[in-house]
Amino acid sequence: MSHEPQKSWELNCPVPLPVDGEHLTLAHGEGTRLTRKLIRDRIIPALGGGQLASMEDAARLSMPSKSLAMTTDSFVVSPLFFPGGDIGSLAVYGTVNDLAVSGARPLYLTLSFILEEGLPLALLERVLESISRAVEQTKVQIVAGDTKVVPRGAADGLFINTAGIGQLVEPVPPGPATLQEGDELIVSGPIGRHGIAVLCAREELALEPPPRSDSAPLARSAEVLRERLGTRLRAMRDATRGGVAAVLHEWAESCQATLRVHEAEIPVSPDVRGACELLGLDPLHVANEGTMVVAVAPGSTSDALEALRTTRAGKQASSLGKVVRRGIAPVTIVRALGTEQPLDDPRGAPLPRIC
Amino acid sequence: MERRPIMKYLDEFRDPAASRKLLDEIRRQATRRWTLMEVCGGQTHSLLRHGIASALEEVVELIHGPGCPVCVTPLEAIDFAQKLALRGDVILASFGDMLRVPGSSRSLLDVKSVGGRVKAVYSPLDAVELARRHPQDEIVFFAVGFETTTPATALAVAQAAREGLENFSLLVAHVRVLPAMEALADSPDCRVQAFLAAGHVCAITGYEAYEPFVAKYRLPVAVTGFEPLDLLQGILACVRQLESGEARVENQYARGVRQEGNLPAQDMVREVYEIRDCPWRGFGVIPRGGLRLRDAWRYYDASVRFASARPLDIVEHPDCRSAEVLAGRIQPPECPAFGTNCTPDAPQGAPMVSSEGACAAYYRYRPAPAAS
Repeated sequence: MSHEPQKSWELNCPVPLPVDGEHLTLAHGEGTRLTRKLIRDRIIPALGGGQLASMEDAARLSMPSKSLAMTTDSFVVSPLFFPGGDIGSLAVYGTVNDLAVSGARPLYLTLSFILEEGLPLALLERVLESISRAVEQTKVQIVAGDTKVVPRGAADGLFINTAGIGQLVEPVPPGPATLQEGDELIVSGPIGRHGIAVLCAREELALEPPPRSDSAPLARSAEVLRERLGTRLRAMRDATRGGVAAVLHEWAESCQATLRVHEAEIPVSPDVRGACELLGLDPLHVANEGTMVVAVAPGSTSDALEALRTTRAGKQASSLGKVVRRGIAPVTIVRALGTEQPLDDPRGAPLPRIC
Repeated sequence: MERRPIMKYLDEFRDPAASRKLLDEIRRQATRRWTLMEVCGGQTHSLLRHGIASALEEVVELIHGPGCPVCVTPLEAIDFAQKLALRGDVILASFGDMLRVPGSSRSLLDVKSVGGRVKAVYSPLDAVELARRHPQDEIVFFAVGFETTTPATALAVAQAAREGLENFSLLVAHVRVLPAMEALADSPDCRVQAFLAAGHVCAITGYEAYEPFVAKYRLPVAVTGFEPLDLLQGILACVRQLESGEARVENQYARGVRQEGNLPAQDMVREVYEIRDCPWRGFGVIPRGGLRLRDAWRYYDASVRFASARPLDIVEHPDCRSAEVLAGRIQPPECPAFGTNCTPDAPQGAPMVSSEGACAAYYRYRPAPAAS
C-alpha cells in the first residue's frame, strides 16, 4: 500500500477496513463526515468541550502574565495501558510536569492524536476518559487538538503529541547552570518505577504483584517547594527517560561541578529493586514519570523534604546527595562501604541480562 | 503465564557494618598478599561495584575469571546467528546481553536495525511461545550460557518437541565452567591460588563437582553468592585455607547450593545435551568445555538445519586483547584499547558489552582516584 499523498485521480483502491462502528478506519482521518463525527461525538464530549467545542482552527487564549513557559512532548508508550497509568494520563502529566519543574503554573494543553487504522474505538474512549480525569486533576484546559489516522502498521496503536503553556511564577528557579558547591540534591520519591512497570507489562514478565508506574502530576510538589524555599530553590527536573542518572549528568554538564550521590540514601521500592536485580538494571538509569530531582541551597534539605512530604507524590521524598567541586567525574556515587565511583551516563535502552 | 514471585532484596547481605568486620578479619588473617580468581562475571561486577576489590588491594589480588557466557561465545557462532536473522524466514531469539556483543563486524542489534529479525527474550520458554505464535516462521533460540541456563534451554527444546513445534530450533553455544577452571589451572603461567566459584552454577551442579578439581590441583575453592557479605565470607574462607596450607571446597552459599546440586535439572540436561570439546572466545578449544545436542535431538539443532549458512573461521579484532582478559592474564585497564578505542558505546570485544563482562565492570566501576 502506498503512503504517498494521492496525486492523481487514477483508481487507487487499497481495500480499507470497512466502517463497522467499532474500529478506526482510514476514513475517520480524511476530514470528512466521519472525522467530524469522531471528534464531535467522542473526543470533545470526553474532554469537556470549552474552547474545543467551537472546532475552530486555532484557540484564542488570554494570558495572565507576560512571562510564559512552553513545552512540547510526544508519547509513544507500549503497552498503552500499564499498571499505574496509561498513555492518556501520561501525556497530560508528562506535559504538565515539564511546565511545573520549569517554575510555571500549567494553564493550557494541546493534544494531537496519531491513530492506527483498526484501533478499537472503545480503547480510544478509555484513553480519552483517562485524559479527562488527568486534566481535571491538574486543572489545565485542553484548548486545541488534531486527529490523524494512519494505515495499519504505520503506528503502534496510538501516539499522542502535546504542547503545553504555563505562566511563570516568580521567583523562577534559576536552573542547573547556577548550581554551586554545597548545594543539596533531593529526589521526590522512590525511583525507577515507571520504566520497570512498563518493561514488565510489555515483556509479560509476570512479577507478582506487578510493579506500578509512578506516573503522577508534580505541579503540587513544585508549588509547595517554591512556597517553602523561595529563592533557595535552585532547580527541579522530572527524571524521565534515562532516569535520575540522566538528570544528574545534564546538570553536572551545565554547572561544571560534580554531583555526588549516596547509594544508601537513594529510595528504591522493594519491587523495583527486585526486578532490577533480576534484570541486571540500575534503578538510577530507569525512567520515572512522577518523580523529580531537586537542587536546593545549602542547609535547605530538611525544609524541602518537609514540604514535599505534605504532597501525595512526595511522601517518600529523600535526600540524594550534594554538589561538590568538580572531581574526576561529573557524577559520582558513594557506595555503602564508602567507595566513591563515577556514575555512568545511561546508554541506550536497558537490555535484560542472561542470568 | 506462570507467576514468578518478586525476588526479595537481600539487605542483610549488604550490611556495611558486617562488611567492614569481614574486611578487617580478612586483613587480620592475611600474612601476605594472595591471588584469588572470581570465576563469574557477576562476582566481578559486585566486587567492583561495592568497592571490595579496592578495599582489599593490599592483602588480596582479585583476578576476574572467564565466567561471562556471552564473552566466551565464539565469533563464528555470533556471525552465524546474524546470518540466520537476515534470512527473512528466521526469527533469532536470545537474551538481551547477547544482542550487543560484536561479531566479526557488527552486533545482532546492528543487524536488527538493518531489518534483521532479532528478538530479545527473558527465558528460552518465551522463544517456544514465539514458535507457537509464528507457525510460518523458523524460531532459532541462541542458547548461550553456563550450567545456570542450560537446564532452561533443555526444557525449552523438550517442550517444543512435546508440542510438535517443528519450527523451533536451538543454536547451541553452551559452555561448562569446570573445564575452563582446569584449563586455567593447567596453564604454566597460572597465578591463581584459590577460586571463588559461582553460586548460581553450583546451585545446578552441586559443590561436590569441585572435589576432584581441588584434590588434583590443591587449590582452595569457595562457592559464593553475589552480595558483598557472600563474597567477603568466600574470600575469608580462601585466605584462611591458604594461610593454613589447606585446600578444600567450602560452601559459603548454603542458602542456594547443596552438595549434590539440582538433580532433576542435571537429568534434563543429560537427556538433551552431550559434552563436547568446544572453542571459547579468547581461549581456543577447551577439552570437554561445551555442550551439543544429542543425536536424538539433532532435528532441533539450528547448525544442522541451516548448515549451508555456516560461516568460515573468523579472526578477532586486532586491537582487542579480550583473549588475555578472559584468561585472567591481564587486567582490563592494561589493554591499550581500554577506555579509548573500546568503550561500552563502541565495544571491540565482548567483555566490554555484557552485564557480566570484566572490561565493562572495570570501565563502569573504576574507582575514583583520590581527589587532588
